[in-house]
Amino acid sequence: MEILWILLKIVIVFAVLMVHVMYATYFERKVIGHMQVRMGPMRVGPHGILQPIADGLKLFFKEDVIPEQADKGVFYAAPLICLISALSAVAVVPFFKGFAIANINIGLLYIFAMSSLAAYGVVLAGWSSNSKYPFLGGLRSSAQVISYEIAMGLSLVGVMMMAGSLNLTDIVMAQSKSAFKVYLIPQFIGFFVFVIAMFAETNRTPFDLPEAESELVAGYCTEYSGMRFALFFMAEYIGMIVMSCVGVVCFLGGWNGPFDVPGIPFFWFILKVYLFIFLYYWVRATLPRYRYDQLMALGWKVLIPLALFNIVLTGTIKSIVG
Amino acid sequence: MENMDNNQRPFEPYEIQMGPQHPATHGVLKLDLELDGETVIGCKPTVGFLHRGVEKLSENLTYAQALPLTDRLDYIASMANNVVYSNAVETLLGIEVPERAKFIRTMVMEMARITGHLLWLATHALDIGAMTVFLYCFREREQLLDLFEEVCGARLTTTYTCIGGVRQDVTGHFLETLYKFTEEFPSRVREYETLIDQNRIWLKRTQGVGIVSKEDAVSLGLTGPSLRASGVDYDVRKHLPFDAYSEVEFEVPIGKKGDVYDRYRCRMEELLQSNRIIKQCIEKLPPGPIRADDSPDLVMPFSKKCVTADATFKSGVIKLVEDRKHYMEGDVYVSGECPKGELGFYFVSDGKGRPYRMHIRSPSYIHIGALPFLCKGQMVADVIAIIGSLDVVLGECDR
Repeated sequence: MEILWILLKIVIVFAVLMVHVMYATYFERKVIGHMQVRMGPMRVGPHGILQPIADGLKLFFKEDVIPEQADKGVFYAAPLICLISALSAVAVVPFFKGFAIANINIGLLYIFAMSSLAAYGVVLAGWSSNSKYPFLGGLRSSAQVISYEIAMGLSLVGVMMMAGSLNLTDIVMAQSKSAFKVYLIPQFIGFFVFVIAMFAETNRTPFDLPEAESELVAGYCTEYSGMRFALFFMAEYIGMIVMSCVGVVCFLGGWNGPFDVPGIPFFWFILKVYLFIFLYYWVRATLPRYRYDQLMALGWKVLIPLALFNIVLTGTIKSIVG
Repeated sequence: MENMDNNQRPFEPYEIQMGPQHPATHGVLKLDLELDGETVIGCKPTVGFLHRGVEKLSENLTYAQALPLTDRLDYIASMANNVVYSNAVETLLGIEVPERAKFIRTMVMEMARITGHLLWLATHALDIGAMTVFLYCFREREQLLDLFEEVCGARLTTTYTCIGGVRQDVTGHFLETLYKFTEEFPSRVREYETLIDQNRIWLKRTQGVGIVSKEDAVSLGLTGPSLRASGVDYDVRKHLPFDAYSEVEFEVPIGKKGDVYDRYRCRMEELLQSNRIIKQCIEKLPPGPIRADDSPDLVMPFSKKCVTADATFKSGVIKLVEDRKHYMEGDVYVSGECPKGELGFYFVSDGKGRPYRMHIRSPSYIHIGALPFLCKGQMVADVIAIIGSLDVVLGECDR
């Protein structure tokens, strides 16, 4: 019975997540469209509401071209690695009180592990395409994800110290008992580092170097087409949602809100996640792209020292206050 | 240890072909880059993918017939090409253009400069990753293209000027709309600047990148804003004023360091100066004819029957041009300040109705020649920024 219950949960979360991924693309096009004095998708359905479905169908029926020189096995596997690792990370996210597919004690570490695995997908995609632009994209991505993984991990150490746990549910519980109800205020340095690292981790503007359109054509997924390309696309959006979830759980108090919304226990959680996702889109519409060396300099010279300082500060205050 | 030495291969650069199909090479420019990591150690531009033989074609066309071909040079600002070409032919024919036509030409040339610079800003910002500027710029560019359509019926391939003047007179509605545009345009420029001008990432990507010193800029043959950004005060509009440029007030913005940021700033200032010139042209526009009396006219065939297989289109339409006897023999070089730089037309005339030889000095071709010098030692991402900052258009480069 236990297993059936877990399977049911997985199916529900997967289905809901996929709908959100589809409409995250629609939301992005609408948000950026309106920021750029245009309408965004308008043709398919009222206000283009069916656009994601049309896009999905189109990608599904497209020819799947595989370069002759590609390393076939790895070429097939790379998008799956990306997608599966992104999806697996969702397993530990507590959407509301008592609801997580796997309520494990090392939840935060697990998410880091999964998001690092996604880098393998990108690197292997770049490598196996046997083409020059994807290769450069893959290399950039590996360097970027490794550097920012460290900054992101360190930025969350402060949260772990305050909550005294790596379990995401426990972190939310600990927050609701803390003085400010959210860790955003005491951990503002950590939050700052986390948000920047979050953008880099998911390869979004201004850190979208692995797929920098104007330089590397499409980066690591240049040679991919049809559904395989769509898998990368889905992985990217799931990654964004997962990172937003981590941000909400660790800094914004998870499912807790100023008042309870009866009947919809995940109301505040979803709202906060969409705030983060809106931030992604807002930044994409506003900022230019960093250069590779500047990105590395920012990661190693600014973010990591800042995160380390935050840990020392949190530790000192915790030992004084008790 | 010996084994290790045997395994060591000599250093080979990572060769990458950027273009001719590439999102950021602004057309069909191909660059063969040699990379060491992400650093460019060699750059070889290849041009000619868009070669249509404009120079050769014009040898078989009358002067008036070759005019529409100039639309296809710098197709982003075809008005400016039309004006410079007409000036060159008029110098050859010894025709003096009426005052009103001169002011109209100045006006449309500056409009072309604004459309050209707006498209440059849009794509340059998009290359560096700021995508919103792109659409903001197109919003204003669209207004100017609509005005082009109103005055000559075409948005891009205008063919508005003709030898001895302009084809149609401007209407009151056109002038009113344009004046309204000039009133609000400075605030639009400020709007673009709020997005990128003080943006830390933008400054990091542009300042100190692709520096050209004063001496190098001159010896590389850069012209236009790319030259002025390096601190050289040279503008054809000031130094050899053509059309009505001697009668309007404007400043020539000059940079200091000659990096990508200075080139960006120079063009942004030019947008405002062009706007100022347009405003003055509207205010000072004199009444009078728009074409010189002795200008060669386009004559349509007398009846449709005239156009037969042997009586070709050529001899029917451009009758008067061919009838003219007083073409100067010899050669003439006339240049003008186009958005991209100094565009020059060189004609060798043997006194007949067609040029014996026409050569186009296109700024883009010369700017692309400067790319290997500029890109050496920079990073891949900088190459994109540098191409963008030189503002090349391949239609003009390949001719």
